[in-house]
Amino acid sequence: MASILHRFANPARFMRLSAILLPWAVGITLLTLVAGIYLALFASPADYQQGETVRIMYVHVPAAWMALFVYGVMAAASAVGLIWRHPLADMAARVASPIGAGFTFVALVTGSLWGQPMWGTWWVWDARLTSVLILFFLYLGHMALADAFDDATKGARAAAILALVGVINLPIIHFSVDWWNTLHQPASVVRGGGPSIAAEMMWPLMTMALAFKTYFVTVLLLGMRAEVTAAKLRALRRTQVAAATTVAAV
Amino acid sequence: MSEFFDMGGFARFVWPAYGVASMVLGALAWRAIARAKRTKTELAALRAELGKEDDA
Amino acid sequence: MSAIFSLIRRDLALAWRRASEIVAVLIFFVLAIVLFPLGVGPDLAVLSRIAAGTIWVAALLAAMLSLDRLFLPDHDDGSLDLLMASPLSLEAIVLAKCCAHWLVTGLPLIVCAPVLAILMNLPWEGFATLVLAMALGTPTLSLVGAIGAALTVGVRRGGTLVPLLVLPLVIPVLIFGVGAVDGAVAGASVSGQLMILAAALLVALVLAPFAAAAGLRLAAE
Repeated sequence: MASILHRFANPARFMRLSAILLPWAVGITLLTLVAGIYLALFASPADYQQGETVRIMYVHVPAAWMALFVYGVMAAASAVGLIWRHPLADMAARVASPIGAGFTFVALVTGSLWGQPMWGTWWVWDARLTSVLILFFLYLGHMALADAFDDATKGARAAAILALVGVINLPIIHFSVDWWNTLHQPASVVRGGGPSIAAEMMWPLMTMALAFKTYFVTVLLLGMRAEVTAAKLRALRRTQVAAATTVAAV
Repeated sequence: MSEFFDMGGFARFVWPAYGVASMVLGALAWRAIARAKRTKTELAALRAELGKEDDA
Repeated sequence: MSAIFSLIRRDLALAWRRASEIVAVLIFFVLAIVLFPLGVGPDLAVLSRIAAGTIWVAALLAAMLSLDRLFLPDHDDGSLDLLMASPLSLEAIVLAKCCAHWLVTGLPLIVCAPVLAILMNLPWEGFATLVLAMALGTPTLSLVGAIGAALTVGVRRGGTLVPLLVLPLVIPVLIFGVGAVDGAVAGASVSGQLMILAAALLVALVLAPFAAAAGLRLAAE
């Protein structure tokens, strides 16, 4: 395992690999996005109960899935960075965080927009939306902590510890929010999960989910390339300062 | 066509939903691309500067 | 073991010297509760409905306020480095400091809670459970809070970051703490909620010291 990671620890190799992968990633992302939107908006029927608002679900549900998925990726990258001191892993976690926060935000807003025609209120404290809201704060905290340090490496390390604590806590939070929700369920059925997913809905849903995943990979690769270059910049600037001061000393 | 845009009366929910999603995802992608470009040019400029200093 | 006890005694002695800080946290707890009737109106029925929730939320916020003093003073005057150089493991040091912290902040909150429960018109059936649930929950707050405090100890204005980091993580304590009290008021069995609080405490006891120690080591680099 360590040797595999070692092979990919080289930033230069990463730049070469990502340069090859990136056009493919962009292409697949655009293809799946177009296909997904086509299926979601045009080629799928309106729902028997929800009408056209079901189309919001094709954005909301994949976004919520991605919110969780990205946190998992972030936690895994954090673990690799902490255990093996893998610099690329630290960068991956750092770049992933805002993307995850973005997905979480989209999930919250689209969830609200979906909820208003369905339940008559702009927000409802159902289990899923509440869990996603807490996840949003976990992302914000992660980003704030990483940014609070002057030293980028320290910031990444601290954020990594937080991400691991968070990922252990996530199932506990989800479990407690679920329990809390059943406790306060009003007599009228406000089932946050929404109606069951019919077969015709699977295609747009899964296509959008795939599109979001490939989008994530694309933006992650782009962000990591920027981070690698930024790290090179910092190192180069440090040597520049060192050279200038030695010249001055002489 | 206008029926499509109307979304069965739910237009004011469906379109903002897709709008917000596009904006957020677009902004994230834009940010990544812009940063990648910026750091690349900065690095090239710094390298050129240092190269010139060495020659001098 | 005796080293841990002496560390706890040391922290307690230091806290005693800065007693006003601790009292300030306690006053915040009371003040936060007092704000609710002022904001929501004095209707006793409404207050009793929200009593458990508001007391727990205020306790959480007061705990967040108190976390500043967990590592920062020792970090600033260098004693943290000295402690880290000692033969005691950093995890044990964290545990000892959390213990002292709880004695000085959590315990007073628990003692204050019944008084505040009277102010909020909590039904009598909930009092015992409130005290018990807070006894189980406040140590968890200290432990998870220590993680946040440790991660931000080297950061400028890190204290403002701690609530953002810690509060989402302790939401389960809030949910089950309030659930226990509300359940007792409704006359239902609350052993489930209390067991979950106890389990959360055990998990925190085992895991939090490692995370906090990792944060402290990071700050010391």
